[in-house]
Amino acid sequence: MENFFTRYRNETVLFGVLFIQIIALATQVRVADTGVNGREVNAGAHAGSSRLIRVWAVSLISPFQKLSVNSGAGVRHLWGNYFALLHVRQENEKLQQQINLMRLEQSRLQQDADQAQRLQALLGFKEQYIDKTIAAQVVGTSGTDLSRVIYIDRGTRDGVEAGMAVITPDGIVGKVSRADKSVSQVLLITDPLSGAGVLLERLRVNGILKGTQSGQPEVINVMADEKIEIGDRLITTGGDRVYPKGLPVGTVINVSPDRERDPFLSIRVKPAVNIGRLEEVLVVTQLAERQGTTENASGPIRAADMLAQRLPSAKKKTEEGSAAAVNPDAPEPPSAKSLAQQAPASPTDLKSIKTAKPKAPEKISESPR
Amino acid sequence: MEVHRFSILAAILVPVLAIFLQASLPLRLSFFSVFDLPLLVTIFFAVARRNPLAGTLTGCLIGLAQDSLAYQHQPIGLFGISKTVVGYLASSIGVKIDVENPGSRLLMTFGFYLLHRGIYQALRNMARMPLEFNWGHELGAALSNAVLAVGLFMILDRYKQRK
Repeated sequence: MENFFTRYRNETVLFGVLFIQIIALATQVRVADTGVNGREVNAGAHAGSSRLIRVWAVSLISPFQKLSVNSGAGVRHLWGNYFALLHVRQENEKLQQQINLMRLEQSRLQQDADQAQRLQALLGFKEQYIDKTIAAQVVGTSGTDLSRVIYIDRGTRDGVEAGMAVITPDGIVGKVSRADKSVSQVLLITDPLSGAGVLLERLRVNGILKGTQSGQPEVINVMADEKIEIGDRLITTGGDRVYPKGLPVGTVINVSPDRERDPFLSIRVKPAVNIGRLEEVLVVTQLAERQGTTENASGPIRAADMLAQRLPSAKKKTEEGSAAAVNPDAPEPPSAKSLAQQAPASPTDLKSIKTAKPKAPEKISESPR
Repeated sequence: MEVHRFSILAAILVPVLAIFLQASLPLRLSFFSVFDLPLLVTIFFAVARRNPLAGTLTGCLIGLAQDSLAYQHQPIGLFGISKTVVGYLASSIGVKIDVENPGSRLLMTFGFYLLHRGIYQALRNMARMPLEFNWGHELGAALSNAVLAVGLFMILDRYKQRK
């Protein structure tokens, strides 16, 4: 017997190591549920059974990743603040012009939002909105395109929990799949195991956004008779209880029949966020629900608003009047990071975080409406 | 044929550095996720040591570390098993044929990459988590890794010590 093990020592060790790993693998894999059409769903691992080894691996790697990202940011900061300031005056003038245009646009949108809120109040709608976010820096990835996850430098001690939505001002990024003390893992919307409820903005058609192996997400569960066009925009529905309603998701780049689900379409989507170039993200740490009231929707209805509602031809004049009311000498706008930490921020306010130059919409600093 | 060993520092730091770079570089260079540095390091250590036992254990540990960084609901062991097999076979091949010249290194890495992906794919299917398999993409990735391996192995050759 001893002779056998001595002679086949290498093979014995190989089979022993493989056997242990296969048994460990088998204990982690959850038995799959069988879906209505016979397809298996929900296959995957129990999160708890292998948690310790994951924590060890992440704890070992993440300090170096943070150091690397921070030192890279330091170099970029030095470059950006001292060497890359050529033409900044012209750029500043251009941005100032953009700000003025955006103020006009903001004023018009504000009126629309107020009107929508009054109508929602009349109909007794409850609206979900982003109450608190924290900014986080992306410090690492899984390193393989077989598992599309990223790591961020915020964890449970910052209030991050599994299941929270991760977004940027451009759109949704993914959701927190695991939160450790100072690092969290985020499952990207491009991973085959991710999903989100989405709405085609133009047609108001619902679908489910799924990641694919190629990294190009697709929308499924949309009937083949829908007239979807390339370039149609997608937003979140809020129905998945992860992503707040109305956040940008992406645009349609290809529509074809779904070979696996016959009467449905497979809609390829280009994410609104450049997933391959993520540096900073926002974690939605708190969502809140509110019911609109007619009192807090910027006071009583003005005669000009009523006129705009009843006489569309008079709308332009109303907009001009409102635009003139915008103070061009508004104080210096807050930074993007400070905006990100203010609460509450509604989905429509997120664009203002990206630009960060114009004055933030007043509703950002209000208490929940 | 020569059998090499490595200092403890190199034996630990090189795999850790490979895993660190694999997890960090795709942030700035998204194409880098095509490469599999931990696999290349596994192959290098296995063929240099020419010891199947060491190759098996090195592949197992590197694979498990890589598994630990993957998605929470992806079971640990997929990369572990794939790299254990590759580590064992690479060290066994290292005993029988010359794996020191760039041509044989290119071919060997090309073959081992495809084998690694095949085992990984089979394990995903066993775990009821099938993936799409695109032959064109896999062959391209295998070739890219093989080319990178030739350069990388030349750098890592400096850390070899004769036994």
